[in-house]
Amino acid sequence: MAEAVPFGAESLAGGRARAARRVLDQVVLPGEELLLPEQEDVEGPGGAGERPLRLNAGARSRLRVVCGPGLRRCGDRLLVTKCGRLRHKDPGSGSSGGVYWVDSQQKRYVPVKGDHVIGIVTAKSGDIFKVDVGGSEPASLSYLAFEGATKRNRPNVQVGDLIYGQFVVANKDMEPEMVCIDSCGRANGMGVIGHDGLLFKVTLGLIRKLLAPDCEIIQEVGRLYPLEIVFGMNGRIWVKAKTIQQTLILANILEACEHMTADQRKQIFARLAES
Amino acid sequence: MEGPVRADAKVCSEGGTESSPRGPGCSLRHFACEQNLLSRPDGSASFLQAEKSRERLIRNTCEAVVLGALHPRTSITVVLQVVSDAGSLLACCLNAACMALVDAGVPMRALFCGVTCALDSDGTLVLDPTVKQEKEARAVLTFALDSVERKLLMSTTKGLYSDAELQQCLAAAQAASQHVFRFYRESLQRRYSKS
Repeated sequence: MAEAVPFGAESLAGGRARAARRVLDQVVLPGEELLLPEQEDVEGPGGAGERPLRLNAGARSRLRVVCGPGLRRCGDRLLVTKCGRLRHKDPGSGSSGGVYWVDSQQKRYVPVKGDHVIGIVTAKSGDIFKVDVGGSEPASLSYLAFEGATKRNRPNVQVGDLIYGQFVVANKDMEPEMVCIDSCGRANGMGVIGHDGLLFKVTLGLIRKLLAPDCEIIQEVGRLYPLEIVFGMNGRIWVKAKTIQQTLILANILEACEHMTADQRKQIFARLAES
Repeated sequence: MEGPVRADAKVCSEGGTESSPRGPGCSLRHFACEQNLLSRPDGSASFLQAEKSRERLIRNTCEAVVLGALHPRTSITVVLQVVSDAGSLLACCLNAACMALVDAGVPMRALFCGVTCALDSDGTLVLDPTVKQEKEARAVLTFALDSVERKLLMSTTKGLYSDAELQQCLAAAQAASQHVFRFYRESLQRRYSKS
């Protein structure tokens, strides 16, 4: 079993950190360390050889890189904590080095501030609703956090209702809090979702794919049947079409979208459009 | 006060054996329950002991690797079901637990794998032994290794072995863990290539 392992090849982290920009769009595993662009020429054989020798090595311009989901700062390197594809987004302007994050596929949602989610009201206690959002704790929603709600004019929310709202407080130390108004006091589509329709759960990666600006799936679905659809970043989708059969067909299509290629999807849509 | 105590003691010595977990303080009230429970505590005590030690080993390995500070006041439950046991069960459980944690998106500081070695009577080292090899071995050693620097996270051993043999087994396990981590990487890449 004592086979010689070639230096730097095939080992998971190899004891040697790789440059982040070399690993873009590749699958990274937990435990790997990534070097930020400004540190590459410090490292030995793995370093980018094309940087010119600087006379004043101390005065290097510091890039401010934002460390997104799946990465943590470890000294002056990035440590990968989740498995997925490494992505990078360049900043439009400014001196910051952009954002790095890991695109992972997971089913479990962790509340993040600013995310729009679909929750189910589980309890009503005094002035606060407890809303299940799929995280480890139920979120709290105040009855005043609806458009046009006052102490006299309470919103009509019952236990079991679906709520579309966004998080104002969501961190690991506190119970998450959500509201159904934006910062100007307008509902902006948030609030109680209607009583018909179907709520189903998909993976978080599929939601992000469907909400991407250039996603054709939603346009194709819209051409098929008239429908109402709400996406929650916690992996929940609410869909409503004219008849129950159409609603179920749409729900099945969206769930299956994750595993289908574009061609298979187009075939299925063509077949459904005929019938 | 004396009456019931003596009756209890008599009851216990008649019905109970020395392996009964209830001491001489058992009261008459629990006698009926004790009849039913006598078979269970004896069996489940020994069963739970062995089960608890394996569970504890897997839990300690997972706790060393999972970034628990990112999820305070949260419990992470790992459920392992044995479909078939062909030897090296603990190592297989560790590998399955690691893959499950990665699949669930739990933040971890490294991956880990389990490797089992068996030493038979003439000192030959066998990695990943079958059930028969484990039964006939002089010593069975299981190690959990992490992916960053092949450090030892957990070790559990059974049997007789010398210090040199321990080092030899550990070195062989570290070399074998390369293959396991390569397999992890390939299977995860295959999963992400579908999307």
